[in-house]
Amino acid sequence: MKEKSFASKIWNLFRNNSVPFMFIIICAVCIPISGFSLNYLLAEIITRIARNSFLILSLLIPIMAGMGLNFGMTLGAMAGEIGLILVSDWQIWGIPGMVLAMIISIPISVLLGVICGKIMNLARGREMITGYIMNYFINGIYQLIVLYAMGAIIPIVHSSIILPRGYGIRNTVSLLSMRQSLDNLLAIRFGGIKIPVMTFAVVALLCLFIVWFRKTKLGQDMRAVGQDMEVARAAGIDVERTRIISIVMSTVLAGFGMIIYLQNMGNLSTYTAHSQIGMFCIAALLVGGASVDRASIGNVFLGVTLFHLMFIVAPSAGTVLMGDSMIGEYFRVFVSYAVITFALIMYETKKRRTSSLAGRELALAQKEADK
Amino acid sequence: MSDKKAPLLEMKNVSKSFFANNVLQDINFKLEEGEVLGLVGENGAGKSTLMKILFGMTVIKETGGYGGSVLINGEKVQFDSPFDALKAGIGMVHQEFSLIPGFTATENILLNREPEKVSVVSKVFGSRLNTLDRKKMDEEASESIDKLGVMIDKNMVVNQMPVGHKQFTEIARELSKKQLKILILDEPTAVLTEKEADALLESIRGMSKRGIAVIFITHRLHEILDVCNKVLVMRDGVIVKETAASETNVDQITKWMVGRDNTASAKVGAGRARLSEQESEVIMSIKRLWVDMPGETVRDVSLDVFNGEILGIGGLAGQGKLGIPNGIMGLYESGGSVKFDGKDIPLNHPRKCLDSQIAFVSEDRRGVGLLLDETLEWNIAFPAMQIHNKFLKNYLGGLIKWRDDKAIQEITNKYIDSLQIKCSLGSKQLARELSGGNQQKVCLAKAFALEPRFLFVSEPTRGIDVGAKALVLDALKKFNRESGVTVVMISSELEELRFICDRIAIVSGGKISGILPADRPSEEFGKLMISNVR
Repeated sequence: MKEKSFASKIWNLFRNNSVPFMFIIICAVCIPISGFSLNYLLAEIITRIARNSFLILSLLIPIMAGMGLNFGMTLGAMAGEIGLILVSDWQIWGIPGMVLAMIISIPISVLLGVICGKIMNLARGREMITGYIMNYFINGIYQLIVLYAMGAIIPIVHSSIILPRGYGIRNTVSLLSMRQSLDNLLAIRFGGIKIPVMTFAVVALLCLFIVWFRKTKLGQDMRAVGQDMEVARAAGIDVERTRIISIVMSTVLAGFGMIIYLQNMGNLSTYTAHSQIGMFCIAALLVGGASVDRASIGNVFLGVTLFHLMFIVAPSAGTVLMGDSMIGEYFRVFVSYAVITFALIMYETKKRRTSSLAGRELALAQKEADK
Repeated sequence: MSDKKAPLLEMKNVSKSFFANNVLQDINFKLEEGEVLGLVGENGAGKSTLMKILFGMTVIKETGGYGGSVLINGEKVQFDSPFDALKAGIGMVHQEFSLIPGFTATENILLNREPEKVSVVSKVFGSRLNTLDRKKMDEEASESIDKLGVMIDKNMVVNQMPVGHKQFTEIARELSKKQLKILILDEPTAVLTEKEADALLESIRGMSKRGIAVIFITHRLHEILDVCNKVLVMRDGVIVKETAASETNVDQITKWMVGRDNTASAKVGAGRARLSEQESEVIMSIKRLWVDMPGETVRDVSLDVFNGEILGIGGLAGQGKLGIPNGIMGLYESGGSVKFDGKDIPLNHPRKCLDSQIAFVSEDRRGVGLLLDETLEWNIAFPAMQIHNKFLKNYLGGLIKWRDDKAIQEITNKYIDSLQIKCSLGSKQLARELSGGNQQKVCLAKAFALEPRFLFVSEPTRGIDVGAKALVLDALKKFNRESGVTVVMISSELEELRFICDRIAIVSGGKISGILPADRPSEEFGKLMISNVR
């Protein structure tokens, strides 16, 4: 009897974490095929954890408030980009430039966050798709501003940024003078691997903030709202306002996250940088074992590690196996969508399983009464 | 201030009507500090409405407010929302749990009233960034659990608790409110085991000693006698009896609850009862059925239905009578076995039931029963088209099927005439635009058009006016007598069942507590109804 329960425990562990397990297996198969050295992999992974985790962490607060894996963070990413374009035109570089870009991004993020929150309050229970479609809409406005207003209404002078016709921003904005300025601050080298201490410190600070935030009254209210809106309302919590605050926090943090991400990359693709960032972040979080209604800081780091490990090894494993490195890029997009779909299906089946559990208990009680 | 000692709560001439339908009339009672008042009555007697008025539920205001006045400590009060009532010291524990599933008992007890610690951050950014004072929360929760006098683990997460503990957590939450003077408990023992119920009664006595007045609503009458000082019996929206609990007994209360004028029982359609039991064969045999329908759980029901009879299923709300048809028809998960006409009906497959010519008129008219945005024609003909390929013209040897609109219109008009469905636009009117009673008639017509051999009708008269009620009942009776269809009717109204049925089965606590011929006196049914309420 005991052994059986142990086996079922293992099975349950596997079933509840099937996505991370699947990725561990994929990585375990691909790493030897790709032929990369451990040192190289480690260096790459550390870079990517530093680059991405702030962005992914920004997803946690809306999940806590029961708004699911919504794409509101993409709006924050756009705000961050606008901040970066402006500071590069003003020729403010390095850390001061980053800080100024973050400050500029805050009011834009807040505004977009409030709009997004209000719309999501109207579309309760369908936050994910609403956010996704809304991104296309806000993306249109973003392009309008960047392509026509910048240079024409908003003064942009630098010729490396503006299009030759006199208005509109070039396809790529070089952030070369800002490149890795945060990463290189206090960076240490350890056996040939660069560790961006300052970036990790900022990420750690955000983690501490999230841990602390959960203990605040507002954090507690968000958890209550996330689990049962009606009960929270009956207890006198302002549900709508709490939900809007959670989205605003997410967009502001995502704006910061995008700036950290781009300073690592060193250039900004003006019109596409934000378009897939939301999806990759959500996919990474899900790979780390999060679900639509539950995500932890641990999920973020496990997810970013596994997801990017696969991205590093898959192209060269693809080259070895198929003779084509494009297969890796194809894989990247394909897997992201697959992971999100799979996680959504898992979430629904889990809900259904708990409801059928009640029925089985009834049947069991009846059987026991027979004895 | 005029009185020397005004009662804690007084209701004067309180009345309430929903859409010209009087549900409460002339309610007068007083409640003193520390008094325990038992409130009993059948479903629809007006207990819940009365409590909603007292608790300031917004639904009362939205439907036009109430008449008369509510006085607390001799002063007239008017609550616009439950929050006003809470401020005035009234607490209520509802039948449905109002708890956050992923929170511990402590967190739920102090929901939105958590003790907080001020920090530098919160001074700058506002009080919502205060951190929670976990230590103080634990203390306060323990204190209110002590007041309750029942041991519950304050660190246990709600969705892992047994139901009884959830109930206690709710009560502890009300007790933790310092201003609490009156506590309303709406069927608190319904989900408790006997031992837990005893503990709750003990805790009610404790509250009363501490000066908290309790209004206790329950169907378990012996509990009322156990713990209450005073009993209020309600029937059809009026208080029929107010008495001291020590001066009455269960039989008497039951009689007051159901005892209408006994002349009504003359109308009972009995006589056929014994006939069907002896001569008819069993058409449906239900064995060991369980159904997981939230709020209407069915446990281990075995029941035989005879060919050609009208069987009534009655019982109090939440006892499982609605679960029986919903489970058999596959709308909620169920188990056990159902034999119809000698053949096993697989459970959890609505289509299989319909294929065997069993039809179901759901109590959820607007949700399950009707396509609200379609015409009457569509509503009536759709299932027959879908299930039995009726009203279809076949072309190319059945490869292409076309709707036979003319036949559909004919059958719809036939039912509009025979059931007197009131519709200004005729058979092309949308179902949404009809009144409740007429919608119910459409539901019946839909089931009749299937030409079933067996019909489940669930709460066919709920929420419809008297005239429509009589028509619906007559139509059912006629359908049974003329087409020889077996009918099982589920209703909360005993008198209605006694009027139309041959036999009546009473469900209590998810089980059949007894089957009686319809001509037995109503007290006997009343006793069965409360026999194993849980």
